[in-house]
Amino acid sequence: MNLTRRGAIALAFGAGAATMLPLRTWAATNNAEELIAAFTGGAATTEGGVTIGAPEIAENGNTVPVDVSAEGATAILIVAAGNPNAGVAEITFGPLAARSAAATRVRLAGTQDLVAVARMADGSYARASRNVKVTIGGCGG
Amino acid sequence: MISRRDFLQASVAAAALLGGGGWTRLMAQQGLTEAQLLDFETTGNVTIIHVTDIHAQLKPLWFREPEINLGVGMAAGKPPHVTGADFLKMFDLKPGTPEAYALTHVDFIELGKAYGRMGGLDRVATIVKAIRAARPEALLLDGGDTWTGSYVSEATKGQDMVDVMNLLAPDAMTAHWEFTLGRERVDELISALPFPFLGANIFDSEWDEPAYEPYKMFERGGVKIAVIGQAFPYMPIANPGWMFPGLSFGVREERVAELVAEVRGEGAELVVLLSHNGFDVDRKLAGQVEGIDVILTGHTHDALPEPVLVGNTMLIASGSNGKFVTRLDLDVREGAVKGFRHRLIPVFSDVIAPDPEMAALIDETRAPHEARLREVIGRTDSLLYRRGNFNGTWDDLICNALIEEREADLAFSPGFRWGPSLMPGDEITREDIHNATAMSYPAAYRVEMTGETIHTILEDVADNLFNPDPYYQQGGDMVRVGGMGYSIDVAKPMGARITDMTHLATGEAIDPARTYVVAGWASVNEGTEGPPIWEVVESHIARKGVVSVDPNKSVRVTGA
Repeated sequence: MNLTRRGAIALAFGAGAATMLPLRTWAATNNAEELIAAFTGGAATTEGGVTIGAPEIAENGNTVPVDVSAEGATAILIVAAGNPNAGVAEITFGPLAARSAAATRVRLAGTQDLVAVARMADGSYARASRNVKVTIGGCGG
Repeated sequence: MISRRDFLQASVAAAALLGGGGWTRLMAQQGLTEAQLLDFETTGNVTIIHVTDIHAQLKPLWFREPEINLGVGMAAGKPPHVTGADFLKMFDLKPGTPEAYALTHVDFIELGKAYGRMGGLDRVATIVKAIRAARPEALLLDGGDTWTGSYVSEATKGQDMVDVMNLLAPDAMTAHWEFTLGRERVDELISALPFPFLGANIFDSEWDEPAYEPYKMFERGGVKIAVIGQAFPYMPIANPGWMFPGLSFGVREERVAELVAEVRGEGAELVVLLSHNGFDVDRKLAGQVEGIDVILTGHTHDALPEPVLVGNTMLIASGSNGKFVTRLDLDVREGAVKGFRHRLIPVFSDVIAPDPEMAALIDETRAPHEARLREVIGRTDSLLYRRGNFNGTWDDLICNALIEEREADLAFSPGFRWGPSLMPGDEITREDIHNATAMSYPAAYRVEMTGETIHTILEDVADNLFNPDPYYQQGGDMVRVGGMGYSIDVAKPMGARITDMTHLATGEAIDPARTYVVAGWASVNEGTEGPPIWEVVESHIARKGVVSVDPNKSVRVTGA
């Protein structure tokens, strides 16, 4: 069998997330906080008012479902705090939007926090995060 | 979460309310009789019978409970993370008694001689019939991990278990390993089931829609009962996702909360979660979601002689492998549980008479395979067991077989919690080997890995067991490693738990940059190549004749 290190991990206990490199952390060097600062213009964020949903453990790190909602928000920024490039999505809601909510899928390089920041109608900002584990898996039983 | 003292008071209060009795006093008596094991003062207006994690074990067996079962975070030091002498003390049980034998590893070999094998689905049938005689409307619920785990269940792709369980006639079931038969086969078997297959947390991953029936409403004893099914949440992560494409699982706590509200809205007076989450996940869930009266736990194979109470939710742990049957009587009035009586009935196979109808069906399903099942491959000088966080002699034997038969430096054996024990001096039959290995992805692979990769794998698996948040745990135990020792500090974060990895053959530290030949089995990857693990183990045992497995002292545990 011809195997790379990556393939060997996946073979032994792999969930099949082929790009996954567990334990490697990009957080120190990625641009999550810069993106958030650009979105908020440097304004402070508060907890509460925005929710972010995602599985606790990703079934496939290449396509992780994530949903965000914040009642009355005019825009929501989603960043992946542990990806090489943190940007996921910036969603704006017009006055005719029934709900300020959205769902998408994101590729995660490893276990990390997903962060949602909502811009409220009054110009304030709310922030929430959710830890998503990307695992080799394979030993539950 | 209530304290231990509150818990005891709650139990005592309930017992006083309902007239005393219970496990300890009855079982402390010397001679066991079937009447004693079945004795139960019918209480209230609802009876629930719970079986779970039978793992296709139809015949009486030895099953040694874990010596090491560490809890972390909010679960530290709480049941089920209490073992041995501490367990006996916590539940006021005396060493040497039948209940000590059934519930702990203490003096297992000696007590096994006195009290014999446990389980056997024909004995379970006797118990279920007796309960139904006392309460004809009793609800029988199967927590899953029922259809796989034996030679015959693999040979018939679960049909033997479906036939046998249909005779037992549960009112509902949920699932985990069932899906490793393949989605098509599961759907085929479900379509012929005379009872509902429930999985509220199973979704179609493309459309994000429920893929299976989430709950079933029953009316029993004049009480409207909702049973919500919760399948194993980490199915595509812990087991091969390619075998059940298009399905997504997860704890889905919000979904459970929505369904509880929905069934209450439909008039449910009693809400039961038939769960394969694992005990710690259920304990957290019970604290997060209001309105669940009873969680019938599964997956983690815990057997507890009393319910654990979290707020107003009662958690029931009914063991595994047919070793126990739980009977829970409830007094439900005005939409609330006013009282209960609970008993974890130990299935002592020499005491409880087999139900003749079930015994005949079991023999019939085994008949075409009986000669192969009974063939003696070798004998063991040592107690062979699996259950425990770090190592078991069965897995040490499997790892030895992988290293020797596959010419590897190191071996991996997954931390499964199923697989019965064998006593010293027992013959090892082909059936015994399959009881420890039967599954639908058995290829024994042989690959090269660097020391760094091996460390990464151990850290990853350790976090699936020791992450302080139960929602990030997958259940199962630590991967067993052959040919290598290591230290683990379970209190450390992921990436920092595993140290001192040592190649036992040379006594040298595992070199992160060096490549080692690793043999293992049960890879979740599609297209894994190698002979089935049971062939590797069988040829090893046949070659040895008699196997001896020394106690494994190569894993050093701290932080608990």
